[in-house]
Amino acid sequence: MSRKAARAASSRSGRCPTDISDERLLLVPLFRRGKREIVEHFDVIVVGAGPAGSAAALTLARKGFSTLLVERGRSPGAKGMFGGRIYAWPFAELLPEWAKDCPIERRVVRENLAFLTDDASLGISFDAPKMAQGRGASFTALRAKFDAWFAKKAQDAGAVLVTGIRVDDLWREDGRVRGVVVAPNDRVVSDLVVIAEGATSTLVRKAGLKADLEPREVSVGVKETVELPAETIQERFGLSETEGAAYVYAGAASLGLRGGGFLYTNRASVSLGLVVSSEDLSRKKVEIQEVQTKFRMHPAVQRLIRGGKVVEYSAHLVPELGAGMMPRLSGDGVLVVGDAAGFLINNGYTFRGVDLAIASGVAAGEAAEAARAAGGMTAANLAAYERFLRRRNVLTDLERFRRAPLYMKKERLFDVYPRMLMEIAERMYTVDGAGKERLFDIVLDEAASAGVPKLKMLLDLLQGARSM
Amino acid sequence: MDPVTQTLKRVGVPSEINPPDANALEMALQLKDRLGTEVVVLSMGPTSFDESLERAVAMGADRSVLLTDRILGGSDTVPTAYALSETIQKIGGYDLLLCGEETTDASTGHVGPGIAGHLDVPQITYASEIRIVDGKVRARRTAEDGTEWWETTMPCLCTVNFGCNRPREPTLTGKIRVKRGGLVTHWSCADVGIDPKKVGLFNSPTIVAKVDTVRLPSRSGQIFSGEPEESVRKLLASLVADRVIGA
Repeated sequence: MSRKAARAASSRSGRCPTDISDERLLLVPLFRRGKREIVEHFDVIVVGAGPAGSAAALTLARKGFSTLLVERGRSPGAKGMFGGRIYAWPFAELLPEWAKDCPIERRVVRENLAFLTDDASLGISFDAPKMAQGRGASFTALRAKFDAWFAKKAQDAGAVLVTGIRVDDLWREDGRVRGVVVAPNDRVVSDLVVIAEGATSTLVRKAGLKADLEPREVSVGVKETVELPAETIQERFGLSETEGAAYVYAGAASLGLRGGGFLYTNRASVSLGLVVSSEDLSRKKVEIQEVQTKFRMHPAVQRLIRGGKVVEYSAHLVPELGAGMMPRLSGDGVLVVGDAAGFLINNGYTFRGVDLAIASGVAAGEAAEAARAAGGMTAANLAAYERFLRRRNVLTDLERFRRAPLYMKKERLFDVYPRMLMEIAERMYTVDGAGKERLFDIVLDEAASAGVPKLKMLLDLLQGARSM
Repeated sequence: MDPVTQTLKRVGVPSEINPPDANALEMALQLKDRLGTEVVVLSMGPTSFDESLERAVAMGADRSVLLTDRILGGSDTVPTAYALSETIQKIGGYDLLLCGEETTDASTGHVGPGIAGHLDVPQITYASEIRIVDGKVRARRTAEDGTEWWETTMPCLCTVNFGCNRPREPTLTGKIRVKRGGLVTHWSCADVGIDPKKVGLFNSPTIVAKVDTVRLPSRSGQIFSGEPEESVRKLLASLVADRVIGA
């Protein structure tokens, strides 16, 4: 230590340090003053940089709103989870050039629907290369890449993206939402907050737009990413380098619990997962991992993923009651988009979430524009959101398929009928010299032994046809 | 380490705030919370340090300055203290300079006292608590054999004890300020008026002759089991026998 230490030593004090309070009194004038409590302001804050949030931020920024997009993960998509497929129609309008740089894994050209029993599978396959083109196109994707790409589009349009921040609460003033709160001394003010937090949104509840989630309102989604060489996928599934396949599984996939399985081909991996009613899981005391393991080990699934390595495992809640569990979609200074609003359609043969999320984000941007023109972000002005959702058929589709979840909730569909179909198939295709029956007789016989009254079966059939 | 120059590689290594410096920053931010002071963060290094300086602003610093110049490469603690003190004079208007007690890479602890020497201001090292009382800085100095309270006039320099506080996380407001830009300033040696003949590898008196990885000697590892009193007695006897402690 130098002469400075000696000087410091000479000025050493015997007194103990005093209260912090006289610090303020005595010394403030000595320091150059920094700026106190800076409160940042934006026209709109979007919470969550998933597909719904980025679509909202992109639309808002284009319409001249100063827009803040806040994401909890280290980067957009880091915490994102979905089945694996995206229907592309909302891009036709939002980003007509989307296909140029969008991180597409494969374009889906083949749809498969399969019923599983313990060891057998009965499937239908729809092969149409035309599906890869035009407005009806769909593709497989990985969220880490897709969300990062989409959030970049919002940034390019002028939105400010901040990551690694979890919004804790909404800032309220005079009974209306006025911004977001991260910590007691860390809030940002805005005229409008768009909640795009996903299925487990706490802000929707804190905004008073919805009560807590009930077990019957949600399913549990799990997904494994199974790595396979691109060439293996192409050969095994009969696809070209850019083509992909989608599979939906019913029956033993979910061990007879209400729900189903899915498989999507990515470029060099396969997304394999399940969506199972959380109510059934807890009632039957079954662990979701157990269901997933059995599903993965099913011969029909093994045939497709053989030799692959599970490199990622993820799980998430899935809103399940469609239009039945929607929160109020708007309030004073607040809108709800995407999964946070329950925008998810599962009609038994298609699972839709990301397309509805994007469309709702766009509709939120349009609603904000309309509200601005009408004089401000009041609940009355923002109610226009519903009109813009309908224009994109988001609410319309949700309402149309509202009965589907209820119908899907009939266990017969996941347990009794798949088994029945399988028995019929087995008897149809078995030639063992024991004497062949006519198809009609087989069906009647199987229906009788399934133990479901014929009238009930007919009703199920009619109800199913109507809801799907 | 660079195997040729025997200096620390700073390019191509992910940038992180030196942990003791993070404690110094937290100390500064606590003073700002209490007194409303302005906090300016200064660092010297390649432009990859921007990430750390942005993090410092996101945590609550008002702005930051990076002294960055190729001719500074390879500088040891002597040119570093000189270059930083020149930069501090250019920033000007300071009351209190805070440094981490040392870096966790070279662990010399030279730079803080070196800066105080160049600027001819009093210094208190290893401070773990700082109060401003009667226009003076009062600091609790954590020494090996106890705690000392020191007081000195401002402007002065304190090096801050590693681990004396828990550095805060960046805030949303802070991250927005970073995004709005303009809070990380880059200065070259010419901007500051630093003499090129006094900095860089060739103007550093330190000679690193050889760098070795220290291998820990193997330990015999003995477990004294049984009743607590009995095992403690055995442990003591063993320590006395090995002359670790006196009888």
